[in-house]
Amino acid sequence: MKADFPVTGTTASELLRTDGIAKRFGDFSALSGIDLSVRKGEFLCLLGPSGCGKTTLLRIIAGLEAPSAGRLFMQQRDVTRLPASERDYGIVFQSYALFPNLDVAGNIAYGLKGRREDKQRRVTDLLDLIGLAGIEKKYPAQLSGGQQQRVALARALATSPGLLLLDEPLSALDARVREHLRREIKALQQKLGVTTIMVTHDQEEALTMADRVVVMNHGVIEQVGTPEEVYAQPASRFVADFVGHANWVDAVFSVETGVQVNQIGLSLQTLPALAVGQGALSLFIRPEDIVLHAHWEGGAMGEANTALADIEKIELLGGFYRVALNVPLWGNLRVNADVSRGDFQRLRLSPERRVPLTLPADKLRAYAKEDTGFASGAAA
Amino acid sequence: MMAILQALRIPGLALRGPAAERSQRLAGVLSCVVALVLIVFLALPLSAILGKAVTDQQGAFVGLAQFVEIAGGSHFWHAIRNSLAVSCTTAVIVLPLAYAFASALTRTAMPGKTLFRGLALIPLLAPSLLPGIALVYLFGNQGVLKSWFPDGSIYGFWGIVIAEVFFTFPHALMILITALSVADARLYEAANALGAGRLRQFWTVTLPAVRYGLISAALVVFTLVIVDFGAPKVIGGQYNVLAVEAYKQVIGQQNFPKGAVIGLLLLLPAVLSFVVDVVLQKRQRALLTARAQPLVPARQRWVDLLSVACCALIAAGLLVILGTAVAAAFIKLWPYNLAPTLAHFDFDNMDGGGWLAFWNSLKLSGATAVLGTATVFTGAYLAEKTAAAPVARQLVKLLAVLPMAVPGLVLGLGYIFFFNDPQNPLHFLYCTLGILVLCSVAHFYTTAHLTAVTALKQLDGEFEAVAASLKVPFWVTAWRVTLPVCLPAVLDVARYFFVSAMTTVSAVIFLYTPDTVLASVAVLNMDDAGDTAAAAGMATLIVLTSAGVCLLFGLLSHGVRRRTQAWRAR
Repeated sequence: MKADFPVTGTTASELLRTDGIAKRFGDFSALSGIDLSVRKGEFLCLLGPSGCGKTTLLRIIAGLEAPSAGRLFMQQRDVTRLPASERDYGIVFQSYALFPNLDVAGNIAYGLKGRREDKQRRVTDLLDLIGLAGIEKKYPAQLSGGQQQRVALARALATSPGLLLLDEPLSALDARVREHLRREIKALQQKLGVTTIMVTHDQEEALTMADRVVVMNHGVIEQVGTPEEVYAQPASRFVADFVGHANWVDAVFSVETGVQVNQIGLSLQTLPALAVGQGALSLFIRPEDIVLHAHWEGGAMGEANTALADIEKIELLGGFYRVALNVPLWGNLRVNADVSRGDFQRLRLSPERRVPLTLPADKLRAYAKEDTGFASGAAA
Repeated sequence: MMAILQALRIPGLALRGPAAERSQRLAGVLSCVVALVLIVFLALPLSAILGKAVTDQQGAFVGLAQFVEIAGGSHFWHAIRNSLAVSCTTAVIVLPLAYAFASALTRTAMPGKTLFRGLALIPLLAPSLLPGIALVYLFGNQGVLKSWFPDGSIYGFWGIVIAEVFFTFPHALMILITALSVADARLYEAANALGAGRLRQFWTVTLPAVRYGLISAALVVFTLVIVDFGAPKVIGGQYNVLAVEAYKQVIGQQNFPKGAVIGLLLLLPAVLSFVVDVVLQKRQRALLTARAQPLVPARQRWVDLLSVACCALIAAGLLVILGTAVAAAFIKLWPYNLAPTLAHFDFDNMDGGGWLAFWNSLKLSGATAVLGTATVFTGAYLAEKTAAAPVARQLVKLLAVLPMAVPGLVLGLGYIFFFNDPQNPLHFLYCTLGILVLCSVAHFYTTAHLTAVTALKQLDGEFEAVAASLKVPFWVTAWRVTLPVCLPAVLDVARYFFVSAMTTVSAVIFLYTPDTVLASVAVLNMDDAGDTAAAAGMATLIVLTSAGVCLLFGLLSHGVRRRTQAWRAR
């Protein structure tokens, strides 16, 4: 599927471009037709499930792996065949790969050349920058996971590279540290303005940190967009499923009747651009976009997209409740709705109750059934 | 030469992946050099045996005639039967002993584990001739316990078996310790919770987990025995076995083709056990999951007591054999005059090579340790950590495990056939100490290589990538990071090479000259000449040297760990 990424400004602001990059391992195609443009100073996330090719793409950009086809440009220069040591980047791996026998100063200064005083000054500056001043003489084994991660970051930034590559840099840390470091890395990146490409399988990480997210699956790019675009207007069924939670509703479309679920009409703000008259559809809506009502009001009955639902299960997920609902009118359709704690109390929800439910027309999106390749023209 | 280099895909000639840069090119060239060295000093000598086996004494091609001729003699079938009998009996005796010892060390909380472990590994320090000599003193015609084996019956089947049990025990023990120490405590907890008794737990949990280790140990023992000719040479008497037969054909009758044929036959069990081992190890790995909980044995009075008794008994047996040889070396005339003496160490006045043999052995062992360690680590580093010259690196990996499947006797034969040929440009190496060093390095390459690979694999695989991104060439990282981190393993490998070169007889027996005679060979020759006490003396000297070197390396290793404990701390 061709991604609908926004047109970049001038090429002068472009730092890195891939032209039809592909990678095959024997019969297995790890990457194919990767066209990507990375702007100077932006934070780009490669997001996807394991095995989607995101790490392979990063390693190709780093020169640790050779593409089977395609070309790679850095600052308009073709670097496809250049070895890692002749490209301009710093890298942080999931394991950090800190040299265990060198202390923090030795690690950070590893790539620095020149006089000892200059190196020392640079190390001190970097440690100040990452908020770990004074740990020069410690060894990696004496640091916590989060500290090691930041030292690895400092080492990657020491030579002031034009590009920073992060390979799942936070996945080895526990949840609390991870959240803290997310903010810290993002702040540091903005402060230095260094172009950054991060690989992650954690959608929350991608959405909170990235300027733009590249969603990948089975070696191809599914969508490129801002976190908001990717979340609210997923370009494909896969993106909708992978980022956030999704409810899927089987529907049919015909020019005469519009979109129908169990032969009941539903209205959508953006209709699928279907050429043919008939088609099986999948309607998509996020759990938090489903609206529950306290009472069955006369007026609401006439309102489109509203029906009575049986509550089947209520689950507390910390800050909100996830309510499993069954809508008899739409052919015993099962959906999940997320309800804030406040709303939950106001609505007086409890199991075995019936509540009116609305699927807002502006939040419903239509996709071809089983992802046969077209999606609704979802331009907002 | 150029063709070979091209075939090995030197980077720069073959552009694949990120193109050649200086550091990559150097890595590629080095990989090719190591591959070439392994080809010349391992693959070619081995193929020389094949060539020799299908020619007659004059060097004319005769096809399988040599095989047919040998198979025709009843003498030969006799030797095969004897070899099989000795090997199987030894395996049947060693396995239960080693299993009991290993499970006492790994699965009980008995005291003195370090001591017992150390005692059990003592036979590794001695040449396989030593137990034979000790048995002569214990049960031989003048032995103190002569009545146990009346009429010199120790010279033969039982003598060989006892000597081989001593010789192979530590090898079986090490494999079983490894197999038994990877227990998953969760399985035992589950079995306990489900109410399984001890016997049931043994059959359903312990045995399935160690069965590969048991098979592997059995194969190793079988192979070690069938290819060893030291013990049967000393204590075998008229009991003829294959390994001695090969030795007699080559050294005694100068019949190289016949020696080659027997050598090839000895290769069979070794190759078989090697292949089985490789297959089993692949399966074994699947048994272990990363989430396994280590088993911490609990104190159980009776079990611990029984274990101590069992280990003490076995260790005592090993010590008696070692002690007899050592004692014999210092006693005037066993058993008539027990006065202490150093007369048996006056090697220069005896046949066998004199003190020269001992100094040669020291030189050989030192050179083997240095050259072997350097080659092994270079090869393992290039194979594991660099990306250039893929074909050469694959070749290094492949050839590095080959020596495991080649008995020393066979390798030694290959070396004569290959280097003795005047047409060979490397012929000048023949009859030098150099060829003994090269042969020893090749002989013990696999174990050293695997140790190095294990150590290197424990390093983060991304070090090289990080270094490349920081524009630091690979040799700087190898010197500043890889080598310091692997230093304990480097010392381990060097010690292994030294001790192995010190004690080996099998490969070098065909290659030494009067000028390059070795201590272990001198033991054999002095025993042959009837100077059993002097042979015991030289064997004792070998054990002492090996033990001293082990101690030295132990101290070094300890020092290294202490100096680096700041960053090794977890």
